[in-house]
Amino acid sequence: MLEITELSKRYKTGDDALSKVSLAVPDGQVLGLIGPSGAGKSTLIRCINRLVEPTFGSINLNGAQLRKMGSGKLRKARRRIGMIFQEYALVERLTVMENVLSGRLGYVGFWASTFRKFPQKDIDEAFRLLERVGLDHMVNKRADELSGGQRQRVGIARALIQNPELLLVDEPTASLDPKTSRQIMRLICELCEERNLSAIINIHDVALAKLFVQRIVGLQAGQVVFDGSPESLDSGVLTQIYGEEDWEATAKDKTESKDDMDESEASNV
Amino acid sequence: MSETVSHTQHRTWRRPPTIERPWLRYSLLAFTLIYLYFAVGSYDVNWSRVAEGMERGWKFVKAFANPDFVTRKTDLIEGMTESIIMTVTSTVVGILISIPIALGAASNLAPLPVYLFCRTIIAASRALHEIIVAILMVAIFGFGPLAGFITLSFATIGFLAKLLAEDIEAMDKTQAEAVKSTGASWAQWVNYAVQPQVMPRLIGLSVYRLDINFRESAILGLVGAGGIGATLNTAFDRYEFDTAAAIIITIIVIVMILEYSSSIIRGWVQ
Repeated sequence: MLEITELSKRYKTGDDALSKVSLAVPDGQVLGLIGPSGAGKSTLIRCINRLVEPTFGSINLNGAQLRKMGSGKLRKARRRIGMIFQEYALVERLTVMENVLSGRLGYVGFWASTFRKFPQKDIDEAFRLLERVGLDHMVNKRADELSGGQRQRVGIARALIQNPELLLVDEPTASLDPKTSRQIMRLICELCEERNLSAIINIHDVALAKLFVQRIVGLQAGQVVFDGSPESLDSGVLTQIYGEEDWEATAKDKTESKDDMDESEASNV
Repeated sequence: MSETVSHTQHRTWRRPPTIERPWLRYSLLAFTLIYLYFAVGSYDVNWSRVAEGMERGWKFVKAFANPDFVTRKTDLIEGMTESIIMTVTSTVVGILISIPIALGAASNLAPLPVYLFCRTIIAASRALHEIIVAILMVAIFGFGPLAGFITLSFATIGFLAKLLAEDIEAMDKTQAEAVKSTGASWAQWVNYAVQPQVMPRLIGLSVYRLDINFRESAILGLVGAGGIGATLNTAFDRYEFDTAAAIIITIIVIVMILEYSSSIIRGWVQ
């Protein structure tokens, strides 16, 4: 169970990225975080594992107060939080296996990790996860040799080998094609279900979010403006989150909805 | 169509001058020319000395046609060995010291006091030319390659730490974030996120610095800091241009070998 209370972040520039965000995510829930660019989605998930330092508020993960921790405790807490990134964020010059095993860095000592002497059970788990995401034949490839979808699968394996209690996912499909995007989202959601893992997924693609997640939270200018089921996410709510736009129009029924468009704002055209 | 042409007049266009005011433009130009005239005139050219020197210079050039590797063979080999030892040891020691300094001098890794301290070391190393450091080291440690070794190590620190720190500062932040988010310690983070990103640059710079250190080691002998430079200096003092030519040719060959192998190595580590 993740509980965020009145979390606020003000950057040095004076911009309020988050103001008093409160959110509770029960175990096993996959939550989609939507909102326009600059709404504070990335800041919110980075505040949870404190890649960004929050200015105010508290974060409670299964009883641990993340916000008050010193650096040693924070490192231990970060081991329990897996993170998946936009643009994959694999260390490009390391092999697939090294990237996956880097998820265990919090558990092994410096010399063991420097000489790549990871415990056998970590290596077994790495192979198992790579098999699960369909990449067990690419163990010794360098990460920059992989395609976008393959890289994101490595990113998922790296997050899961941490054996996390929470997954933070930042725009996992932003640079992937539509089919790969769906496969990646499906994989993340399946893995969460298998492990009863809760996840917060930042996502731009509203349609994709509606398809996979159990709950949607809309952020706008650092504040929660919507919190509900994917079904209740209608045009009115989208307008509230993103601003005015013709939400019903698709390429196919463009001609049919032409009348509506004339009525709506001219700037849409 | 023809109507519109008759309406438009022919207009000329010129690029506007860099200095707009004509009087300023021309007086600056005049000043520059007058200064250059007198500046060149201030060199006292002794033409009879030049005529004499031309002959000596020609002898030197001719010596390259038949360089003498044999007469001073032992001196040549000894000097060259000393230079190579100086080069390799100073490069290795310089790199080993400059890596931690580079980590400290990267603003995205180190806290401000450490950053300032490491930047000061780099600035001190870069402010002084090798020759000046060498003179100081010769004064402290006496003549010989030890002074040269310390000089080159010191110079390597300024060069390598600065350029490596800049590469660390320019690294991809998200890769670093990803490793940090796993709960890695600072040392593990450097090892897994920073090192792989800057490794090609580190290797490239190290090989380049080896090349520079060898060329510098040939100069340092002139101030008594050991190496082939000392042999070269002696050859010049004795007007043994054929031996000097042999030494210079050897230096050129070694620099070319280093140049060629460094480009191979840099291509290979990409």
